[in-house]
Amino acid sequence: MEAIVEHLTECVVKANENKQALCIRGGGSKDFYGNPKGLHDSKLETGPYRGIVDYDPTELVVSVRAGTPLNELESLLSEHGQMLAFEPPGFNETATLGGCIASGLSGPRRAYNGAARDFVLGIKLLDGQGRILNFGGRVMKNVAGYDVSRLMTGAMGTLGVLLEVSLKVLPKPETERTLCFELPVEQALETMRRCAGQTLPVSATCHIDRRLYIRLSGIESAVDAAHVKLGGDEFGDNLSFWESIKNQTHPFFRDNKRLWRLSVKPTAPPFSITCEQAIEWGGALRWFAAAKDYDATAVRAQAEKAGGHATLFRGNDPSIPAFHPLQPALLKIHQRLKRQFDPVGIFNPRRLYPEF
Amino acid sequence: MLSDFPTYSLSNHFKMRHANLVESFQSILPTESVLYETEDLKPYECDGLSAYRQLPMIAVLPGNEAEIIEILKICEAEKIPVVARGAGTGLSGGALPHADGVLLSLAKLNEILEIDPVACTARVQPGVRNLAISEAAEAYGLYYAPDPSSQIACTIGGNVAENSGGVHCLKYGLTVHNILKLRVLTIEGDVLEIGSEALDSPGFDLLALMSGSEGMLGIITEITVKLLPIPEAAQLVMAAFDDIEKAGAAVANIIRAGIVPAGLEMMDKMTIAAVEAFIHAGYDPDAAAIVLCESDGSNEAVAEEIEKIRGIMRESGAVRIDTARGEAERRRFWAGRKAAFPAAGRVSPDYYCMDGTIPRKHLAEVLRRIEDLSSEFGLRCMNVFHAGDGNLHPLILYDANRSGELEKAEAFGARILEICIEAGGSLTGEHGVGIEKLNQMCLQFGDAERDLFHAVKAAFDPDSLLNPGKAIPSLHRCAEFGAMHVHRGDEQFPDLPRF
Ligand SMILES: Cc1cc2nc3c(=O)[nH]c(=O)nc-3n(C[C@H](O)[C@H](O)[C@H](O)COP(=O)(O)OP(=O)(O)OC[C@H]3O[C@@H](n4cnc5c(N)ncnc54)[C@H](O)[C@@H]3O)c2cc1C
Ligand SMILES: Cc1cc2nc3c(=O)[nH]c(=O)nc-3n(C[C@H](O)[C@H](O)[C@H](O)COP(=O)(O)OP(=O)(O)OC[C@H]3O[C@@H](n4cnc5c(N)ncnc54)[C@H](O)[C@@H]3O)c2cc1C
Repeated sequence: MEAIVEHLTECVVKANENKQALCIRGGGSKDFYGNPKGLHDSKLETGPYRGIVDYDPTELVVSVRAGTPLNELESLLSEHGQMLAFEPPGFNETATLGGCIASGLSGPRRAYNGAARDFVLGIKLLDGQGRILNFGGRVMKNVAGYDVSRLMTGAMGTLGVLLEVSLKVLPKPETERTLCFELPVEQALETMRRCAGQTLPVSATCHIDRRLYIRLSGIESAVDAAHVKLGGDEFGDNLSFWESIKNQTHPFFRDNKRLWRLSVKPTAPPFSITCEQAIEWGGALRWFAAAKDYDATAVRAQAEKAGGHATLFRGNDPSIPAFHPLQPALLKIHQRLKRQFDPVGIFNPRRLYPEF
Repeated sequence: MLSDFPTYSLSNHFKMRHANLVESFQSILPTESVLYETEDLKPYECDGLSAYRQLPMIAVLPGNEAEIIEILKICEAEKIPVVARGAGTGLSGGALPHADGVLLSLAKLNEILEIDPVACTARVQPGVRNLAISEAAEAYGLYYAPDPSSQIACTIGGNVAENSGGVHCLKYGLTVHNILKLRVLTIEGDVLEIGSEALDSPGFDLLALMSGSEGMLGIITEITVKLLPIPEAAQLVMAAFDDIEKAGAAVANIIRAGIVPAGLEMMDKMTIAAVEAFIHAGYDPDAAAIVLCESDGSNEAVAEEIEKIRGIMRESGAVRIDTARGEAERRRFWAGRKAAFPAAGRVSPDYYCMDGTIPRKHLAEVLRRIEDLSSEFGLRCMNVFHAGDGNLHPLILYDANRSGELEKAEAFGARILEICIEAGGSLTGEHGVGIEKLNQMCLQFGDAERDLFHAVKAAFDPDSLLNPGKAIPSLHRCAEFGAMHVHRGDEQFPDLPRF
């Protein structure tokens, strides 16, 4: 493993000398996501740097090398009755933990248990000058120095190469049950909000194809009581339904359309749009499966009005930036941070924003 | 170390500059919002870590964001250091003034701007007290989860700047997990809108970077926090143990059983005695340690979880297990825990609160080493901690009026932090580095990491005007500290400070 780190470091040092851009790649499962990579960038493969470094179930902490397949980590945790509570989408078999943290994506449980960034405790980072740095650690609470670990989550590899990540894990719920309701979008949103305002063991919500799905997780008696309170039919295929939402294998996501992801204030009213939409996260996540010519500016304006932002998630197009443009003052801070972590600009240039 | 902190004498040049500055501030602020006489500045000379004191050159008390912008403009133009202050309850000297700088009090910005009961959010000004948010949200059946023991006094702005936790953060997270959006002013005059009302935002996670940034990156002028529904039920188990190691094992056993309690706290014998004498919480006075374990959620979930917790306590060898009889007793059990610091203040003229974190499995060993150090230094130490997340608060008791005791307490504290770092933990879980733990930062991080921390600061504050000299030690300081540190083994009295 040491040799792999040496190799990665050497690549970074050389890239720096030659001002050669590097495309950091875990499993390549999210190649579709973000702005297209430069054609001539060389690949920096983190996949070989894999394996669990340390796992202590009673500490609720696992430290993992970035190239470790997400599947492998999740089955290990499952053997001990634990899980990654942010339910990261793998999209396919090749997804690595490093890619999953770098893209910062979270699954159906996000609105109820927290996002990827909420579970990151520490990282080992290879920075733009080829230095290996450690931030955070394996403890739950740590305010020594700035929170660089969380800063890396969702940075799409533009600030450095993640070598190792320490994550907080949680026990798996004793039982899970999904309820299904036949409801139009307005009522579905209303029901989602009502759930959020009470002590209910809800762990996921999704409105898709005019049906509202609510997943309950926890102690059996509490799930029973919540079921009585909410009513609705029990939906049989609990596991595979949420898998299909998380990994986007559900027919809604499947077709080769342009997919917009709108992250908005959960109470935002339903969008009046002509395309198909799906709603998750208690109303805070809205997916538009739009036709190719759907106007990007209009989508972004709608998202902003609803207190959020829009990402062109699939079907990317060189003329449309994948991520929502930043306010000038924020862009300035982003550019400066980028320069501090990666002075020559070798890591994933323009994958996140055209400006860096 | 206390003696490291520079004090300045007033040169003529300084006096001139001082007078000019007072005038500039008076031109943009009401007269009573600009303080410069020694007696007016006194209340600002220290925060909760009162061993460190320093008068600021000037203190300003703006009433709104526009005034803060004007103040920052003047400071940026004149290159004057700015130290933000909330309620001044910080325990690491984060709000300690700069002798040659301006102290910026956010206390007057204390309005709750909006509560949205449907979205479950509150938009507040930075000077709002932590508890005031939950009090205002209660009418809607909601509350703000992070509950530092100082919550009646500390401000939400200070909470964000320290990433504060509380006894319920094992289940509900720290400040960073409970905020959605910030308005931040940079020293260059930009207004940053960080985060949003949605669950995520485009670009880098600056919300995380601001959390725990100790007033070094920007001035927080507005905060949108998440509110949670007040749990249908909450119940608390108090378990007494005749041996502190058994209590530590009980904590591990609860976690191993897959339970995430709403709170999981532990206190040692001396703390129990001090608390009992102070507020009569109803703890077992004969116990070597007690563990408080809370469950909250739906009625069914709580009933079942409490039974499980009682079973685990029994199996772990508890000598007494009480479930709170009713809400009043539950509150009293918690009140005892939350009063641990002031209780220390009643049994000793002074106390020094540490804040290390460790992996839970090293709890027993670290406690033993602290006990050894206690006899070595001849100072008593009370132990109270957020056991569930491995966050220790050893309270070192000393008397500042006895010559040499403060220095001994500091040296003792420094050793505790070093033990935490050796055990794979961190030198601060929630109180921040401030001015207090700069030396230990040299041990926890290498030159390259510290270099990057300085680089992060430079991205926000190129001239280092916001709270300069705090949180991240200079490379020079660490070089000096490192040299002293390795030599310590050879010295005659290796544990006495030599500054
Ligand atoms: C709705 C949805 C649909 C998706 N659909 C698919 C799909 O169809 N196919 C698919 O493959 N994935 C899909 N993904 C995403 C993806 O599979 C997962 O996020 C996965 O965990 C990414 O891991 P990876 O190793 O494949 O990352 P990669 O795709 O290799 O990398 C993702 C990003 O992270 C960076 N990165 C990777 N490793 C590191 C590292 N060690 N340090 C720093 N930066 C790093 C890369 O440079 C890149 O910017 C989808 C995600 C979502 C949310
Ligand atoms: C008895 C007691 C018990 C405590 N218990 C706990 C506990 O359980 N958990 C815990 O985490 N802490 C605890 N603390 C520590 C302290 O209360 C917290 O750190 C608190 O968050 C500080 O808030 P404050 O408003 O007093 O901030 P201050 O002490 O005034 O300032 C703290 C830091 O924040 C910066 N700052 C303040 N306001 C702003 C702003 N608007 N913008 C930018 N920077 C700002 C300051 O510059 C300083 O660096 C306790 C303290 C005491 C005295």
